[in-house]
Amino acid sequence: MRNTDLHGGAYAQKPLRLTHLERLEAESIHIIREVVAETERPVMLYSIGKDSSVMLHLARKAFYPAPPPFPLLHVDTTWKFRAMYEMRDRMAAESGMELIVYRNPEAERLGINPFDHGSRHTDLWKTEGLKQALDLHQFDAAFGGARRDEEKSRAKERIFSFRSANHRWDPKSQRPELWRLYNARKSPGETIRVFPLSNWTELDVWQYIHREDIPIVPLYFSAPRPTVERDGLILMVDDERFPLRPGEQPVERSIRFRTLGCYPLTGAVESEAATLPDIIREMLLATTSERQGRAIDHDQSASMERKKQEGYF
Amino acid sequence: MTLQVYGSSDLIEQDIGRYLDQHQKKDLLRLITCGSVDDGKSTLIGRLLYDSKMIFEDQLAALEADSRRHGTQGQEIDFALLVDGLAAEREQGITIDVAYRFFATDRRKFIVADTPGHEQYTRNMVTGASMADLAIILVDARKGILTQTRRHSYLVHLLGIREVVLAVNKMDLVGYNQARFDEIVADYRAFADQLGIGRFAAIPISGLKGDNITARSPTMAWYEGPALLRHLEDAPLDDQALQHAPFRMPVQLVNRPNHEFRGYCGLVAGGTVRPGDAVRILPSGRTSTISRIVTFDGDRSGAVAGQSVTLLLADELDVSRGDIITAAESPLEVSDQFEAMLVWMDEEPMLPGRSYWLKIGSASVAASVTDIKHQINVNTLEEMPAKSLELNGIAEIKLALNWPVPFAPFVENRDLGGFILIDRLTNATVGAGMIRFALRRAQNIHWQHLEVTREAHAALKGQKPRVVWFTGLSGAGKSTIANLVEKRLHAMGRHTFLLDGDNIRHGLNRDLGFTDADRVENVRRIGEVAKLMADAGLIVLCAFISPFRAERRMVRDMMAQGEFFEIFVDAPLSVAEARDAKGLYAKARRGELPNFTGIDSPYESPEQPEIRIDTTALTADEAAERIVRNLL
Repeated sequence: MRNTDLHGGAYAQKPLRLTHLERLEAESIHIIREVVAETERPVMLYSIGKDSSVMLHLARKAFYPAPPPFPLLHVDTTWKFRAMYEMRDRMAAESGMELIVYRNPEAERLGINPFDHGSRHTDLWKTEGLKQALDLHQFDAAFGGARRDEEKSRAKERIFSFRSANHRWDPKSQRPELWRLYNARKSPGETIRVFPLSNWTELDVWQYIHREDIPIVPLYFSAPRPTVERDGLILMVDDERFPLRPGEQPVERSIRFRTLGCYPLTGAVESEAATLPDIIREMLLATTSERQGRAIDHDQSASMERKKQEGYF
Repeated sequence: MTLQVYGSSDLIEQDIGRYLDQHQKKDLLRLITCGSVDDGKSTLIGRLLYDSKMIFEDQLAALEADSRRHGTQGQEIDFALLVDGLAAEREQGITIDVAYRFFATDRRKFIVADTPGHEQYTRNMVTGASMADLAIILVDARKGILTQTRRHSYLVHLLGIREVVLAVNKMDLVGYNQARFDEIVADYRAFADQLGIGRFAAIPISGLKGDNITARSPTMAWYEGPALLRHLEDAPLDDQALQHAPFRMPVQLVNRPNHEFRGYCGLVAGGTVRPGDAVRILPSGRTSTISRIVTFDGDRSGAVAGQSVTLLLADELDVSRGDIITAAESPLEVSDQFEAMLVWMDEEPMLPGRSYWLKIGSASVAASVTDIKHQINVNTLEEMPAKSLELNGIAEIKLALNWPVPFAPFVENRDLGGFILIDRLTNATVGAGMIRFALRRAQNIHWQHLEVTREAHAALKGQKPRVVWFTGLSGAGKSTIANLVEKRLHAMGRHTFLLDGDNIRHGLNRDLGFTDADRVENVRRIGEVAKLMADAGLIVLCAFISPFRAERRMVRDMMAQGEFFEIFVDAPLSVAEARDAKGLYAKARRGELPNFTGIDSPYESPEQPEIRIDTTALTADEAAERIVRNLL
């Protein structure tokens, strides 16, 4: 269900009502193009989730018929769902973009994993890994798929968000962003995180995936999957590395994921939603927000802000 | 009747397909809420989110816990806590900065810019207002129109927001009294007239109790207008109005994946465009027609204001980022001097004469404020004289750019008339401006296509090209004086370039020595380079011994009439030799430097130089001063 010129031949006769998705799309494309015009080495952070999928789709639209003139960067933890790795490789091939996969060598050496190392897992693989990858390749701008509706500290973040040479975010000294004028001038050592989906909501993202028929990881759709229940989260036993506790036995449940991360850290929801409209219906009728499935910012409402100041995307 | 966000739960349950169809057709309204915490602003926004089901159970649970810890509403839910973002701010109980909130009804999606109302946060409010179609001016029914109400209204008007809603809040605390409401509305109308706000909608509400927010409240039967949300759903959108304007699209970038394809990418800032339309490129003035509108989903039959597209032209033209593609018959004005309103956003004050980067559309140029006509007191609207502009200061200014840009007055088009100023050292965004009108129209060159002649190059730089030729003995002071002249000219905004032994002998003329023949060839080459630079419109300063009259004559003859200025830097040999800064004379006397001018190679003094500088009578500064005066 590709959007082909929805408005037919109605131009110049009476004003068209651009829909909210059309305006969001146009504004995001404008942002992505602006970064390419004004920075030297941009890169797109690709986390393989639904937001990344939308962002990649917008980038492909922005530069069609050329492929987007920047690489995709996946900061890997080695603990993503297998289905995510498959999707990643498929989308890189389909888009014709270079794919850079980065794994923090220190985390690899120490065998950091979510079962034994708690929050160090996220710190070392993701936060540190991202900094290392950006430094290694000298990227001066990195696109991320974060949205302002995700949680409170994001609501104040700019679309062009500057990081100091050691990747810190200073919420007190953000540049004013007026009209569609983005100031991409950097001081030496500074880098920019750019969030083209800032003004999208979760529903916008799903509606757009539906409208544009964007491929997403099958884990978003419900299917019978081996699971265990632990600390109030339903976890999927995605491979043999999952250490079962005494007495634990994987149980097949009909589950899906509202958000995707490292499989041992991502809680599933029990669901029968097997199509996009089903997912959207479930989302609309849901009573909990999407990040609840992530263990990372569960403890304190301000923890995300702290993580971001330390360099988390 | 309750209005729900993702509303219509029945439809979602029973026919999600139809629901999605309906909801894909929503449009988008951006608004700003103006007021302070005291006026119940955060409570109102929290209420809009809550009533439109934008709050999930886990957020609600966190909110209830927070309300007990930091809340100001006793045991009740403090909606304000929902929207106060960053941890430090939450503890201080104020919102700083700009935060964006999202909610939706069955008909429309909304983005709310939530900014603090205090005067020290004027820059934040201006930022939040920059993209808004509509502003809600929040007034406490007990207090009526306050100084801050006037300030907010002025800013809303300054930022070109056409839809204004006066929301008289806390009606529950004045007994839902109609007379009190009418009194406030009458006060505001008087003020709005003075400002030039033509129309506004006044709605009595209670954010805390939810009166007249999603639905008309029985507590105020005397009020006959729509509830706040209904009004927000019906308000007209700016981008629709812009579709009636002539076509304009700033070129963001040129997409050239291969030799066959050359697409111009941008977001349409005004009007509509279709294949076959005649267009004009500004500032060059060249014309062509649109051949295709290319998208990922196939070619389009047209595009309108607000859409991002890739345009192809029928002709191969030199179009680049910063240019604007316009309707051929109604191009934009092009100018490099403007009168504008400026809001200052930096701790470091704005100083007239200081050079900043200016970004407008997709163009970036250097600019400086040449004059502050007056500063505006945002509380009283009084005009006052000012020599500089502090943080949050607003002034009417004159602005000079180093390069002409196509533009539209801000009131007609925000994308083509709004600009930011960027500090050249810190790279911070320090100012936001709105063009009122051009102070002079850049020469009519932009209306019809012209070949880019040497006159055109010079006209763009606003100067007459010159070749200023400093001749004299080694050590006479040619380079010293030429340097001072260049500094002065540069400070005056002239485009100059200095050619001397340092940048010529090491590169272009590396292969030449100091024989007579080489000296002639040396001067000839320098002459040719100087001529090219003069053709490009520059003031070229050449500092060379150039000992022979003939070659100086030859160079003079290459240039247009009156363009060549010969400056004889006259120092007697004894004086030059006594200075001998580089020890060259001593070497030459010892025979280590053959063919040294004045020692064993002749110097032919000019007979009729334009200017003769007697270095025994004038200091280098005085000499430079005299040359600049004669030159301009």
